[in-house]
Amino acid sequence: MDKMPQWADIVLIPLISLILAAVLSALVILAIGENPVAAFKLMVEGALMRSAGWGYTLYYATNFMFTGLAVAVAFHARMFNIGGEGQAMLGGLGVALVALYIPWPHWSLAILGATAGAALFGAAWAYIPALLQAKRGSHIVITTIMFNFIAAGLLNYVLVNVLRPKGSMDPASANFPDATKLPTFRDMFSTADNIMFRGAPANVTFFLAIAACVLVWYLIWRTRLGYEIRAFGFSESAARYAGISPVRITVIAMLISGALAGLMSVNTTMGESERLVMNSTEGAGFIGIAVALMGRSHPFGVFLAAILFGFLYQGGAELALWTNIPRELIVVIQALVILFTGALDNMVRMPLEKLFLALRRRNV
Amino acid sequence: MDFLTIIQVLDSTVRLATPLLLACLAGLYSERAGIFDIGLEGKMLAAAFFSAAVAYATGSVWLGLLAGIASSLVLSIIHGLASITFRGNQLISGVAINFLAAGITVLVAQDWFQQGGRTPSLPREARFNPIDLPLSETVADVPILGPIYSELISGHSILVYIAVLAVPLTWWVLYRTRFGLRLRAVGENPAAVDTAGVSVIGLRYAAVMICGVLCGIAGAYLATALQAGFVKDMTAGRGFIALAALIFAKWRPWYALWSTLLFGFLQAIALRYQNIELGNFVIPVQFMDVLPYILTVVILAGFVGRAIPPRAGGEPYVKER
Amino acid sequence: MTAPAIELKGISKAFGPVQANKDISISVMPGTIHGIIGENGAGKSTLMSILYGFYKADKGEIFIKGTKTQIPDSQAAIAVGIGMVFQHFKLVENFSVLENIILGAEEGVLLRPSLAKARKELAHLAKEYELNIDPDALIENLSVGHQQRVEILKALYRRADILILDEPTGVLTPAEADQLFRILDRLRDEGKTIILITHKLREIMDITDTVSVMRRGEMTATVKTSETSPEALAELMVGRKVLLRVDKVPATPGKTVLEIKGLRVIDDKGVERVKGIDLTVRAGEILGIAGVAGNGQSELLEVLGGFAEGTGSIRVNGVALPLSGKGADGQARRHAGIAHVPEDRQREGLIMDYTAWENIVFGYHLDPEYQSGLLMDNTGIQTLAQEKMDRFDVRPPHPKLAAKNFSGGNQQKIVLAREIERNPDLLLVGQPTRGVDIGAIEFIHQQIVNLRDQGKAILLVSVELEEILSLADRVAVMFDGHIMGERAPDQTDETELGLLMAGITEMPDKPIIQAIDEQFDHQQKEREGEQNG
Repeated sequence: MDKMPQWADIVLIPLISLILAAVLSALVILAIGENPVAAFKLMVEGALMRSAGWGYTLYYATNFMFTGLAVAVAFHARMFNIGGEGQAMLGGLGVALVALYIPWPHWSLAILGATAGAALFGAAWAYIPALLQAKRGSHIVITTIMFNFIAAGLLNYVLVNVLRPKGSMDPASANFPDATKLPTFRDMFSTADNIMFRGAPANVTFFLAIAACVLVWYLIWRTRLGYEIRAFGFSESAARYAGISPVRITVIAMLISGALAGLMSVNTTMGESERLVMNSTEGAGFIGIAVALMGRSHPFGVFLAAILFGFLYQGGAELALWTNIPRELIVVIQALVILFTGALDNMVRMPLEKLFLALRRRNV
Repeated sequence: MDFLTIIQVLDSTVRLATPLLLACLAGLYSERAGIFDIGLEGKMLAAAFFSAAVAYATGSVWLGLLAGIASSLVLSIIHGLASITFRGNQLISGVAINFLAAGITVLVAQDWFQQGGRTPSLPREARFNPIDLPLSETVADVPILGPIYSELISGHSILVYIAVLAVPLTWWVLYRTRFGLRLRAVGENPAAVDTAGVSVIGLRYAAVMICGVLCGIAGAYLATALQAGFVKDMTAGRGFIALAALIFAKWRPWYALWSTLLFGFLQAIALRYQNIELGNFVIPVQFMDVLPYILTVVILAGFVGRAIPPRAGGEPYVKER
Repeated sequence: MTAPAIELKGISKAFGPVQANKDISISVMPGTIHGIIGENGAGKSTLMSILYGFYKADKGEIFIKGTKTQIPDSQAAIAVGIGMVFQHFKLVENFSVLENIILGAEEGVLLRPSLAKARKELAHLAKEYELNIDPDALIENLSVGHQQRVEILKALYRRADILILDEPTGVLTPAEADQLFRILDRLRDEGKTIILITHKLREIMDITDTVSVMRRGEMTATVKTSETSPEALAELMVGRKVLLRVDKVPATPGKTVLEIKGLRVIDDKGVERVKGIDLTVRAGEILGIAGVAGNGQSELLEVLGGFAEGTGSIRVNGVALPLSGKGADGQARRHAGIAHVPEDRQREGLIMDYTAWENIVFGYHLDPEYQSGLLMDNTGIQTLAQEKMDRFDVRPPHPKLAAKNFSGGNQQKIVLAREIERNPDLLLVGQPTRGVDIGAIEFIHQQIVNLRDQGKAILLVSVELEEILSLADRVAVMFDGHIMGERAPDQTDETELGLLMAGITEMPDKPIIQAIDEQFDHQQKEREGEQNG
C-alpha cells in the first residue's frame, strides 16, 4: 500500500522543499546585510508587476522549459544528463549556421530551420556520451560534464577563428539577416495605443517550448517509445528480459534530451541576441536540473518550475541592478532547490509519511 | 626543448598536480567507503575562497588553511546528510554542492570585498611560500641532478610536500589499519560491516569528513599557494579532473599519484605552449585547454584499461534481512 | 533447572499497516536445535532480525540465559553470544577469509596482530569442529558451501554460543546440506544452541529437537519434533490440509519443439557458464532442469529467452534462432513462439513501479493489437488486464495498482497470465514458485500442467528438487555448465539426483562430501588455468 496520497507526493513535497529553499535563501540575504522582504518585493516588482517584467520572466522560462525537459527525459531513462549546458551551446552553433548560411525568405521558415539545426547539433553533442555509456559503461554524469568543458572550448575556437567577421574584436558571429528576426511578444501583443512587453526579449519561441512540453508528455506516457524509456529507467534487467535494447534506449533518450537542450538556443540566439555570442547559455543548462527535479520530471511540473525560475532569474537581475546582491544569489537558490527536491527528498518525505500514517491510523 | 625547459615544465607539473592529487585522495576515501562525490569541485572552491579571505583578513595563512578546511567540511556534512542519513541520490547532492559553492563564494566575496567576486591579492606573508630544502643552493650547480633537486624537488610550498606524503599515509591507513579494513569493507559490502556490529553510518561519515579535509587543503593550496588570492570559479573543473584521475588510478593511492601527475603534466604543457605549431599544422590553444577533459573521456571510455569501482558505490545502505 | 538459552515473551512488530510479528513467545533450551518453519512472509525472518538487533520490537521482552536483555543493534547481539548466518552471506567478496573473520572483531588499531591471532584461532576451530578452510583464500574463489563455513566460523570466532541459521540449505547440494547438518550436530554436542529457520519440512524432521510453526506473523504451535509428522506441520503452516503432490496424467509427447545442440554461454566476466549442452523438449512434455543455483541454469534460460548471447545451435519447430547479434533478443524470441516466466519476477518479469495493466503487455508492448494510431491503446490494454486478472484470480483485481503492491504469488500470477495466454509453442519457466505462498503454488503448478496437456513444450528450471520431481516428465541435471544426465522422475530418487547435482555420475567409494570437495577443487584449478591462459 502506498504510504501517502498521490497529491502529497506531487504537490506537498515539492512545495515544502521550495519553502525550505526559500527560507534558507532569505537567511543568506540577511547574512549579507540585506532585507529579504524588501528583496522579494523588488523581485516581484521587477519580474511580475509590469508586462515588460513578464516579458523577461517568460523569456527565461522558455530556456528553462527546454533544458528542464531535457533533464526530465533523461531522468525517465534513469540517466543524469548534466550536459545540457554544452548541448545548448552546440545548439546555438546549429542555429547560427542555419541562420547565416541559408537565405530564409520569412521568419516562420527560419524558425523551423533553426529548430532543426539546434536539435540536430544538441543531439549530436549528447550522442557521444550516450554511446560511451551504452557501449562502454562510461558514467554519463562525468562524460557530460567533460563535454560541457569541451563544448566551451569548441565554441570559443569556432567563434574566434571561423565565424567572427573580419575586423571585429568580439568573439561572436555576424548579425543574422533581418528575415530571421523572430516576432517578440511586443510585436505580437501590442496595439497601436498600448505598447506591451516593451524592450522584453520574450518571443514566439515560448510557444515552441509549450508545444515541446505537450509533445514530451505524449512521448513519455502515450507512446511505445515512452513506455520503453520508462521501463528501462525503472529496471534495466527487466527491460533486457522484454527485449528492449539498453543501448538503443540509452542512445535515443539522450538524443531526445540533447535535442531539447539544444532547442533553447532558438530562443537565445535567434530570438534574442540575433547572433551567436560566447556565453549565450548563461547556465540555463544547469538550471534545467533544478527545474526537472522540482517538476518531478513531469512536463507540466517542468512548465510550472520553469516559470518559477524565470521569475527568480528576472527578479535576481533586478536585485543585482538595484541592490548589492549579485546575480549569483540565483545560483545559490538553484543549489538549494536541487538539494532539497533532489538529494534531501527523504528529509521532507519521511516525516510526512509518518504524519499520513498516523492520520490514517486515527481514522481507522 | 632543452634540459632547463624540461625541468621547468616538470616543476610546473608538480605544482599543478598537487591540488589534483589532494582532491583525488579525497575522492578515494569517500568512494572507497561507497559514497560517490562529484562535489569535490565545490568543496575545493569554497575552501579556496574562505582560505584566501581569512588569510587576507588575519594575515595568517595557517588560519586561512583552517578556514578553508572548515568550509569544505560544512559541505561534506551536507553531502553526508543527503547521501548517508537521508539516503538521497549522491550525484544530485554533489551537483547541488557544486552550485552552492559557486554561488556562495561570489555572494560572500562581493559582500566582504566589493571586488566583483574576488578577494584582494594576498600579500606574501598571507600565502604559502616556496620552501628551499637543505643544500638546494649548494648542489644547484651539479649537472643534471643539481637542477633536479634544487628546481624540481626543492622550492615548493609545504602543502605540496603534505600532498605527496599523503600518498604513502593513505596506503598505510587503507591496507594496514583496522579503520582501513573497515573502510574498504563498507564500500564493498556494507551489510557485512553492519552485521559484524560496526556502524556503517559512522564509517561513511568518517570517510566523507576525511574527504572534506583533503578537499579543504586542495582548495587552500589553489588560492594561497598556487595563486595569490581567490577569483570566481578558480577551480575550473579540477574537481572533475581529479575524479577522472581517481578512476584512472583504479581507486588506489600510488596509482593516484601517477595519474594526477599525468594530468598535471598536460595542464603544464597547455599553460606553457599556447598555439603549438607542428610544421604547417597549428594546434590551437583551445585544444590544449580542453585536452585534459578529452583525455578524461578517453579514460572513462575504458580504452586504457578497465576499472572496477567499489561494489557498493553510489548506493545508500538500507538494512535488509 | 537450567534457564533457556533464549526466551522471547510477547514479541510484536508492525511495519506500517502490516503486522509482521504478533505476540510471539518461544523458549529454546541450551544444547538443542530448534526449528522455525513457516511460509514466505510468515514473519520468521523479522523475528530473527529482532533477535539480531536489526529491528526493535514494538512490544515484548527478550531473555538470554535467564537475563532480560535489550538488543538495540548487532553489536549487542554479538556481545550476548548470538551469531547469525544469513541466507545471503554477509561477506566481502574480494577480502580473504581471514580478513572477513576479523572484520569488526579486530584486536587493535593495527591489522597485523589481529590477523596473526585469527589465524591461530582458526586452526583451532577447524580442528574442534571439522571446519577446514584456507584462511588466505579470497571469498569470491570459494564454493557456496565453503562461504557458509566462513560465516559459521565468523560467529564462532566471536564466541557465539547461540547460532541462528536462516534458510541455510537453499544454495547447497543435498550432500553439502548433509555435511552442514553434521557440523550443526557437532556444535549441539558441544553445548551450542542452534535456531534453524527453513521452509523445508524434511530438514526440520531430520535435525531439529523442537520446532515452532509460524503463520501470518503468529506462532501457531511449538512441538517436539519426535512427536509430529510432516503432514501435521504442513497443515499448521498453511492452516488447512494441503496437497503436496500435483495431479497429472502421464505425458503424451509429440514432435520435437526445442532442440539445443552444443550450446555454450560465456558471461560478461569471461567465465564459461554453459559448457556445450544438448537438450530436446517435445510438445506436450515438461523437461525439468535440476541443479544447485549457479550451475548454468540461469544462463541457459537467459540465452533461450534472448537476453544473453551464446554459441551453438537452438532450433524451435525446426527453425534455427540466432544466438548473438541481430535477432537475438527477447522480441525476436517472442515472435518465434517462446514465452518466458523468468526466474526473478521482481528484477526481470515485472516492472515493479508499473501498474498491473502496464505489466500485462510487458514484452509484447510492440504488438499492433495494443496500438491505436501512433499511440498505445491504454484503455484497451486496461480492459484486457482486467479480464486476465479475473481469469487468473489475481488479488486484489485492480489493474491500476502498481506491481510492487501485490504479494509474491499474485505477482507471479500476473506474469503467468501474460505469458501463458499468448499461446506459445514453448514455455520457459524459472523458479515458478520461489517466494510464493502455498495456496498460489498449487494454482501455478496446475496452470503449467494444463499448458502441457494442451500440447505445449515446457522447459522448467527449479532448484527445488521436490518441485522438479512432482512436475517434470523428464529430469535433466545440470552441474558446472554440463548436463550430467537425464532420468525419469519415477525411476530415480533424491540421493541419485543429489549426486548428479554435485557432478558425480557414479557412486563413489569415498565419503560423498570429500568427493564433492575434490570435484570443486578440480573445477577451481581449471578456472584459474583459463584465466591465466
